[in-house]
Amino acid sequence: MAPAVLLRAAVALTERFPALAGVDLVVAQGEAVVLEGPNGAGKTSVLRACAGLLPVTGGEAWVLGCDLRRDRTAARRVVGLLGHAVALYDDLNVVENVRFAVRAMGADAAGVDDALGRLGLVGRLRRTEVGRLSAGQRRRVALAVLVARRPSLWLLDEPHAGLDAATRDLLGSLVAEALAAGSSVLLASHEPERAVPLADRVVSLAGGRVVGERPGGRAGGAQMGDPARAAPVRPAGPARPPGATDAPVDSPGRAAASARGGVHVA
Amino acid sequence: MWRDSVLVAGKDLRIELRSRVVLNQVIPVAALTLVLFAFALGPDRAPMTRAAPGLFWVAVLFATVLAVQRSFGLESTEGARDGLRLSGLDPAGVFLGKAAAIALELVVLEGLLTVGVVVLYGSHVRAPGALAAACVAGTAGLAAAGTLYGALASGLRVRETLLPFLLLPVVAPVLLAGTRVWQVALGIQAGSPQDPWLRLLLVFAAVYLCLGVVIFGPLQEAS
Repeated sequence: MAPAVLLRAAVALTERFPALAGVDLVVAQGEAVVLEGPNGAGKTSVLRACAGLLPVTGGEAWVLGCDLRRDRTAARRVVGLLGHAVALYDDLNVVENVRFAVRAMGADAAGVDDALGRLGLVGRLRRTEVGRLSAGQRRRVALAVLVARRPSLWLLDEPHAGLDAATRDLLGSLVAEALAAGSSVLLASHEPERAVPLADRVVSLAGGRVVGERPGGRAGGAQMGDPARAAPVRPAGPARPPGATDAPVDSPGRAAASARGGVHVA
Repeated sequence: MWRDSVLVAGKDLRIELRSRVVLNQVIPVAALTLVLFAFALGPDRAPMTRAAPGLFWVAVLFATVLAVQRSFGLESTEGARDGLRLSGLDPAGVFLGKAAAIALELVVLEGLLTVGVVVLYGSHVRAPGALAAACVAGTAGLAAAGTLYGALASGLRVRETLLPFLLLPVVAPVLLAGTRVWQVALGIQAGSPQDPWLRLLLVFAAVYLCLGVVIFGPLQEAS
């Protein structure tokens, strides 16, 4: 079975700046991986590259068996991206936005009501124009789009941002359900106490490349509230399936891991 | 492609019905253009009647720029542009859908402007069929070219000012041919309205529709 994501020495440029400088990353199908790292480390760029929004100009990039170097639009119908900005139309109401997104990918709109119900977008909210909603409510609508679309690969960029405590808990349940249904999840976050318990692995990025990894909460490696200390950071290496041998870590990786207070292997 | 185009056109028209930007802003601007030209040409009806076809198409051209800007403005809010790219919609369907929505808005506008031309400029419609054919063919060409250049400009910070600069010279053949057909249809000039000018409008529309279907995808990815 092809991995959900396979990046090998992947390079991507935003204008002339290398957003990804040789990323090696494998996400197996049904696996959840959290990307962590400082601002500008390349977390959002990895997600955008996997969504086919950022062209990969060097190395290899495969998403769900689609070669993104050859056709970066190929995987778009089967991935779902929740980015910093929500992809919604202000003048359409909640149900119209979700229905449009679901129909656009050719899916059955029958799941729209269920998705809206799960996110608490019921009653008057259903018919409210998205432009009138609060930032948190808009984010819930964007999540409802993901739930209704049921993508094979969930790409979540700071998904907890702007959500209230109850919706943050709900997000955890939605991710768990997606994983149980066989989907894969790649999640970038600055909130390890929320993100790490959802993940099988935590991959550290710095300077546009992978600099280490450690087990996540689903693998029993980290507990809520103390994610960084619960498991050692494994050094970075070329893209490999989970369980393969380690490779030496480079110095930026050590620096990044030290900055987070994590333990690294020399 | 057709299913996607219906979906996109439906979405754009629903947004327009809700926001009424074309109704409340674009149509009044086009109508104002006619009124201001009427003031500029003076109280004598003869020059106004002679100039009516050209002024009609100038007003339509300005309205096209506004309608295209509005259409792509919808996709520039937050992540809507990324959302459209990620939606999995066929780019050719997106192009045709956006062009169809713009065309429908322009047809409504042209109907109202035609009434304005008759009332303000005292024009008499001699060949309504030719008039309508010129409007349909011209509108298809304007909407197709506008959608193409709207996509080209949409990713740029200076899109509002760049779009008219790019679009207006390109659609000059529509202005020229539309005016000629209207001159015949309003009895200002002798001749057959089916002459080369109407054919030019049809060819212009066909070329830009085909061009849009082929290159809208790469354009959307590059911009």
